[in-house]
Amino acid sequence: MTSKEQILASIRENRVVVDTKLPSYDNFGMKFDDKFEHFKKMLESVGGHALCIKKEQLDETITSLYPEVKIITSNVEGFTKATFDANAQEDVHNLKDVELCVVEGNFAVAENGAVWVKNSNNKHRGLYFISENIVIVVKKDEIVNNMHEAYERVSFNNEDAYGVFISGPSKTADIEQSLVIGAHGPKSGYVIFVD
Amino acid sequence: MSSKHPLNAKAFVANDERMHWHDKALWFVREKRDITSKTIPEWEQLREYANSIKTHTMANLDKYLVEFEKNAQARGIEVHWAKDAKEHNEIVYNILKENNAKKIVKSKSMLTEECHLNPYLIEKGIEVVDTDLGERIVQLRNEPPSHVVLPAIHLKKQDVSDTFHEHLGTQEGNYDPTYLTRAARASLRENFLNADAGITGVNFAIANTGGFVVCTNEGNADMGANTPKLHIACMGIEKIIPRLEDLSVFTRLLARSATGQAVTAYTSHFHGPVVGGKMHIVIVDNLRSPFLKSEKYQKALNCIRCGACMNTCPIFRRSGGHSYEYVIPGPIGSSLATFRDPKKHKTLSFACTLCGSCSNVCPVKIDLDAQLYNHRQDLTQQGIIDSKKKFMLKSASWLMSHPTLFDLAGKVARKVVPLLPKSMLYTKSNVWGKNRDLPQMPKNSFKELYKKGIEDDK
Ligand code: SF4
Repeated sequence: MTSKEQILASIRENRVVVDTKLPSYDNFGMKFDDKFEHFKKMLESVGGHALCIKKEQLDETITSLYPEVKIITSNVEGFTKATFDANAQEDVHNLKDVELCVVEGNFAVAENGAVWVKNSNNKHRGLYFISENIVIVVKKDEIVNNMHEAYERVSFNNEDAYGVFISGPSKTADIEQSLVIGAHGPKSGYVIFVD
Repeated sequence: MSSKHPLNAKAFVANDERMHWHDKALWFVREKRDITSKTIPEWEQLREYANSIKTHTMANLDKYLVEFEKNAQARGIEVHWAKDAKEHNEIVYNILKENNAKKIVKSKSMLTEECHLNPYLIEKGIEVVDTDLGERIVQLRNEPPSHVVLPAIHLKKQDVSDTFHEHLGTQEGNYDPTYLTRAARASLRENFLNADAGITGVNFAIANTGGFVVCTNEGNADMGANTPKLHIACMGIEKIIPRLEDLSVFTRLLARSATGQAVTAYTSHFHGPVVGGKMHIVIVDNLRSPFLKSEKYQKALNCIRCGACMNTCPIFRRSGGHSYEYVIPGPIGSSLATFRDPKKHKTLSFACTLCGSCSNVCPVKIDLDAQLYNHRQDLTQQGIIDSKKKFMLKSASWLMSHPTLFDLAGKVARKVVPLLPKSMLYTKSNVWGKNRDLPQMPKNSFKELYKKGIEDDK
């Protein structure tokens, strides 16, 4: 018997667990009158920031948030200040000096301040983590209430083999429970909603 | 070697200041959990859902594992099965060897701890670096993690500073957590960029999509999985869930129960390798499937490793994770360990006050206190517990089943105990007396007070 067969046999043998039905999440979970406000509050509680602007203001907004950075990569339409083409790089290691990445988020989740980011027009998954700072741009009306609504919108096909909920910059509290923003991923994070 | 929880705890308790500090640190996390769970009106319903999803999955575990394998393979992921720790380690090593991978970055995984993967690989000449900050700290100190979510919760910043000064060359006496974290970040970044492969654990594997989810705050799993071309994910058979949408329940419960956060900073869904890369999954049994045969202990497999039961446990908070001498400490670890090897871990189910707090916080509703109570009965029946303990338990149960005698004993104790010299009460055999003092003896027994109360009410 292979190990697989042995494991499955051991599971089947004398199993006493009584079956239960799987739940359905239709119309389940908390809802918010002002989804943006709640999202903003949740994101700020974990060291991130949320703004709401007009699409035309992307350049000036991001430039004023990060006046110093030189190496910027972006796949967001309407943002023209990119200086580095991450998608042109064969190797993700070439992204190691990126100071700011401006990427598209598919939608935001009000209950926990997370944004669903998929890899669709970004060649390297590593970008969101290797970059020193991150700005995620989301359409204003793309906010769902809770994670049940969120997973209704999540799917994977063979090209899009990866997706991540991002809530705030990376962080750790492993040293005496003191929160430090900026662990292995970005040290700061903004979510910008555009009209 | 037999587990010696009381003795280890004694050593921990000996440093009074540190014990209280540890207690407070964990209680702080428990309180954060309370605050955040109260913001969710449907919290109890979520726990109920989590419980039924897990129970359903366990009743159909073979089916879901096979479905997962098929879907994962269709996505170009290679799936391996390991019946025990040894096979798990060999599979991982062979994958590394085939790919000529010498430098590994690992993100936190209790399973690989359980299988002792690190020493195994290191012995084969492979460099393994743990990348979660807490894990890295304990790795440099050559210690196991003391908690499933907060691996270095037993250490103070002075300890971390000394460790980093020795291994990473940080300034001596600089205890600033930000400074220390930055130093670790810089050093680990080199490891990420030079790694040949990344190894991660799995928080949830999804049967109907063939992918899996890893949750971290630091982004270390993502750096490790997405920078090198090779990603190996190791999962216990119990990590499977049926459908993608079931993740909504678990992602809502996990971080809130663990640290009081609404969600982890990164909840990554892996459904295939990076462009031009390879992805492997190792599915491990290692003494998990026998739980399914036990009415009393089957629910222990439902654990999602949030650590909430540890944070709330009055014993854990005062004895430290290392005192359990098992890869998973605290209430859930005590049950897992005792079921797997009752002889070796016979003291663990007694490291419990039966207060039930663990069962109350557990997001998947594991009957933890009942399990620990059952273990005590089983150990006694199997004749595993110490003769001294057995004698005391037997005497107590005999006394309690004789009400008149019990009343008399109470009366005598209330009169006599206050008159006894301390040296007689706090003898060597009174383990409970260590660092504890007796309360003032009441004048009347509960029974007498109760009777009087009823009369007063008349
Ligand atoms: S037993 Fe429950 S509370 Fe304890 S770690 Fe597991 S899921 Fe969390």
